[in-house]
Amino acid sequence: MTITATDHAEVVTHVLAQDVALPVGTFVLVTLDNGFDHTKPNTFGPAGIAELQAVVDTLAERASRGEIVGVGITGKPFIFAVGADLSGVPFVRDREQALEIARAGHRAFASIMDLPVPTFAFINGAAMGGGVEVALACDYRTLSAGLPALALPETFLGLVPGWGGCYLLPRLIGAENALKVIVENPLAMNTMLNGPKAAALGIGDVLLPPGTFLADSLRWASGVISGDITIERVDPTGDEAAWNAACDAAAGLATLKTGGRSPGVLRAIELVRAARTADRQSAFAAEDETLGDLIMSDELRAGLYAFDLVQKRAKRPAGAPDRALARPVTKVGVVGAGLMAGQLALLFARRMGVPVVLTDLDQERVDKGLAYVRGEIATLLTKKRITQDTANFLTGLVTGSTSKDGFADADFVIEAVFEEMSVKQRVFAEVEAVVSPQCVLATNTSSLSITEMASQLSHPERVVGFHFFNPVAVMPLLEIIPGEHTDDAALATAFATGRALGKTTIRVKDTASFIVNRLLGRFMGEFSKIVDEGTPEHVANAAIAGLAPMPPSVLMELVGPAIALHNGETLHRAFGDRFYISPHLLALVEARKTTPGAVPPRPELAQPVVLDAAAARARILDALADEIGRMLADGVVAAPMDIDLAMITGAGFTFFNGGVCPLLDREGASERVLARRLLPAGAASVPA
Amino acid sequence: MPRELHDVVFVDGVRTPFGKAGEKGMYAQTRADDLVIACIQELLRRNPGLPPERVEEVAVAATTQIGDQGLTLGRLAALLSGLPNTTPGYSIDRMCAGAMTAVTTTASSIAFGAIDVAIAGGVEHMGRHPMGEGIDPNPRIIAEKIVDESALVMGKTAENLHDRFPQLTKARCDAYAVASQTKLAAAYAAGRVQPDLVAVATRHTEKGWGLATADEPPRPGTTLAELAALKTPFRPHGNVTAGNAAGLNDGATACLLASATAAAELGLPVRMRLVSYAFVGVEPEVMGIGPVPAAEKALRSAGLSIEDIGLFELNEAFAVQVVAFLDHFGIADDDPRVNPWGGAIATGHPLASSGVRLMTQLARHFEEHPEVRYGLTAMCIGIGMGGCVIWENPQHADFGKEN
Repeated sequence: MTITATDHAEVVTHVLAQDVALPVGTFVLVTLDNGFDHTKPNTFGPAGIAELQAVVDTLAERASRGEIVGVGITGKPFIFAVGADLSGVPFVRDREQALEIARAGHRAFASIMDLPVPTFAFINGAAMGGGVEVALACDYRTLSAGLPALALPETFLGLVPGWGGCYLLPRLIGAENALKVIVENPLAMNTMLNGPKAAALGIGDVLLPPGTFLADSLRWASGVISGDITIERVDPTGDEAAWNAACDAAAGLATLKTGGRSPGVLRAIELVRAARTADRQSAFAAEDETLGDLIMSDELRAGLYAFDLVQKRAKRPAGAPDRALARPVTKVGVVGAGLMAGQLALLFARRMGVPVVLTDLDQERVDKGLAYVRGEIATLLTKKRITQDTANFLTGLVTGSTSKDGFADADFVIEAVFEEMSVKQRVFAEVEAVVSPQCVLATNTSSLSITEMASQLSHPERVVGFHFFNPVAVMPLLEIIPGEHTDDAALATAFATGRALGKTTIRVKDTASFIVNRLLGRFMGEFSKIVDEGTPEHVANAAIAGLAPMPPSVLMELVGPAIALHNGETLHRAFGDRFYISPHLLALVEARKTTPGAVPPRPELAQPVVLDAAAARARILDALADEIGRMLADGVVAAPMDIDLAMITGAGFTFFNGGVCPLLDREGASERVLARRLLPAGAASVPA
Repeated sequence: MPRELHDVVFVDGVRTPFGKAGEKGMYAQTRADDLVIACIQELLRRNPGLPPERVEEVAVAATTQIGDQGLTLGRLAALLSGLPNTTPGYSIDRMCAGAMTAVTTTASSIAFGAIDVAIAGGVEHMGRHPMGEGIDPNPRIIAEKIVDESALVMGKTAENLHDRFPQLTKARCDAYAVASQTKLAAAYAAGRVQPDLVAVATRHTEKGWGLATADEPPRPGTTLAELAALKTPFRPHGNVTAGNAAGLNDGATACLLASATAAAELGLPVRMRLVSYAFVGVEPEVMGIGPVPAAEKALRSAGLSIEDIGLFELNEAFAVQVVAFLDHFGIADDDPRVNPWGGAIATGHPLASSGVRLMTQLARHFEEHPEVRYGLTAMCIGIGMGGCVIWENPQHADFGKEN
């Protein structure tokens, strides 16, 4: 069959071959180039793979005629190749089609391996997935010392490195190192290797300076062909015990991180395990079958959907006003000098490079806030994340005062004071007395009404909710909430500021606890209720493993029981009994007031209700589906995609679940509760 | 304070293969700065005994200092070549003698004792930056007849030279040009040119990456009959053709200069010793005659006469201008001491880069000719100038002795 049977336009990575004259003879330099600049990296779709196959076939003939002494493959400036073109995957409708994608890549890459002359990959720029696998198909690899990113990110999305990666990489660098690249890094927020780190793992044979990388690589290749340079490699397949131990360890990690519910990563580990003794043909066939299964899996489709959200939707927030309306922000005020305020001050100073004034009620609190900021700057300096000059600059930017007079020329003032409406209203009134009428007043409230907070001001149109997640330097999400009177200029300024702070911004309607805290509240509430009613905690944990990055009890300890309780109570007040207040949590918070770390015993239940994991899971997912249904009906967000983007970037929900909505569709929760899907079939799943 | 003058030595020189300018040329999509960076990095690679931080100046010449040939190219090229940020740099423009001036200027800094080690070179990407790009000649040049209009068009100045010296016939120039092609082909065949060429990765969106390993302009096998048939673009029925002139080219050069003391300290080879140099102005309309007074001045300041010079590396912007030089000094057009490996008519002449090519080749000739004590590099320069640098051969028995 042909492999162009996808109904979408491929950006074809062309395979350009030129002869170059090396001292050892005629060498063919192959360039991968899709004709665009580095912002559109090289990828391999069916047409690109076909072109590669055709070029390699020609080279095989030339090599057999003795016309060429070697072949080198490199990329366009800054980009080697970033893997398979996954934009066509949503259009793949049957397994045979999926298998053919896998097989075509294998055929082309195997043809490279079978060339009768030495083959080289000159990895000049970003290399991921299939790009790395092309390089692995070559006999030798040079790496640019300036290489920014090399990775096999497939398991991050719910796939396996299935064009030879699971077979060739462990046989080159050993199972332990290979699994770092195939499993550990993808599951650690999709970490990438730079040139020196990739070289240290043994992925490249030599690290060369970026300026003259290609000429140096060709010189090196010439030396290898002439025999002046020899590369010694150790065969890692001999040590069965070490090999299997590495696979077991990776499987343990994968289970911990995904609850065993992401098939891609576990299948990848099994392929690596088999690679020790498998021959190429059977290993590639196993990769084909695995890819066939996974491309047709809902988890991969959800992973691609999630990837698209964070890559595209995150950059164009739904409902944000015209960017041109945003006013410049050249100075920032932060009301409050507590821990959150200190984090905010540092973030504004670091990301925006503007003066930040911290205020609080007394000098002691101000000093404490400033001391926190300076401590953090000192830490950054010690870790060499910033230079001494930058440290001096940042230190100078952040000042503190007990007076709000310093806000007079600020363009953006954010409050991070006690979570109480009257306190926040008073603070805003005091700020309004000092600032210009255009100055945006932002609140980091996690639950209170923006409209109400603005109601007593002369200029309520400048108030906007600006809700960060802890720790603010790390968590990407920023919920932006306009009040009833918020004007487009203030809202546009808020979005522009969020963007300048490097955050993923999502517009949310002014409703209690916005998106993430509301859904986490419902999630944790239902979880607590199930446990309180008698299901053992470990069963409940197992039921929802892989949904959130950690079990609810661990998350609760991380945010603090009092804050978790406060969130639950706020939601209970706003929405009623469907938000459960756990007596156990109340007791825990009470006990902690006197005894840190105390965990009060649970009461004996007269009639415990013990659910099995499947039933517990269904109940929790149903609760989430119910809450999301209500949020969408109420217009809390523009679309379910915003809920997923928020849960991924604000709560660490996983890609293979697509955040949460694809999971609820996949497991039937949305059908059960809402009698409809949340997303159309095929959007984050295999089309029926 | 009494001041000691330091001897300046030429340690090493390299160049990129020269390309044909324009869309079809091998460097069509390769940046100019990357060409000169490749040369600087090659010098550092070939001289591992030189700690990079000992390079105290990088002077890079370009005639058109725009775009990738702008922005204080010497300094940026130093940074991009991996030299430490303590190494300063600057740009130079003296038209075709840019790299030659980069050498004499940094050499003067060394002689003065301000620095010990320098890199000097030049680049011209005439494809990306055609001659005269963005120029804005002062209208007084024409209004006040400061120079004739023809002075700004190098080919016309070459025709003017034919007018001034009627004995320099087109036939002589064509014969000289054929010899240049033949000599270069022979030098390539003997593997003499290649050791000082830096292979450069060439970027092309349609063809992919390539590797430039040899000059693109040479036309080995060119015959007199072929040359006779060429058009004379600068004047109807004129004398100057694409065959007896250098073309429009892309390329870069760089060399390493040091004080004799520093070279000894660092164990750097001494390939030539700088004896004297001179730049002289002439009528811009006949700029091609410039090397004559420049050579006379340099010889005078060295206390030498033309008979003392055993090897000549003369830039061949136009055959007529070289023949004019030879004619003036009574040297035969086919004297074997002159351009033994051919010249710019064959290799190409990426304007500001060429001066260092002459020196790099002279250094190689010195190695082959220990009997020669002095050699001379010279070139004509647009707007009516000539430049000449005289060098001494360390292989010679009398090296370093007083004359």
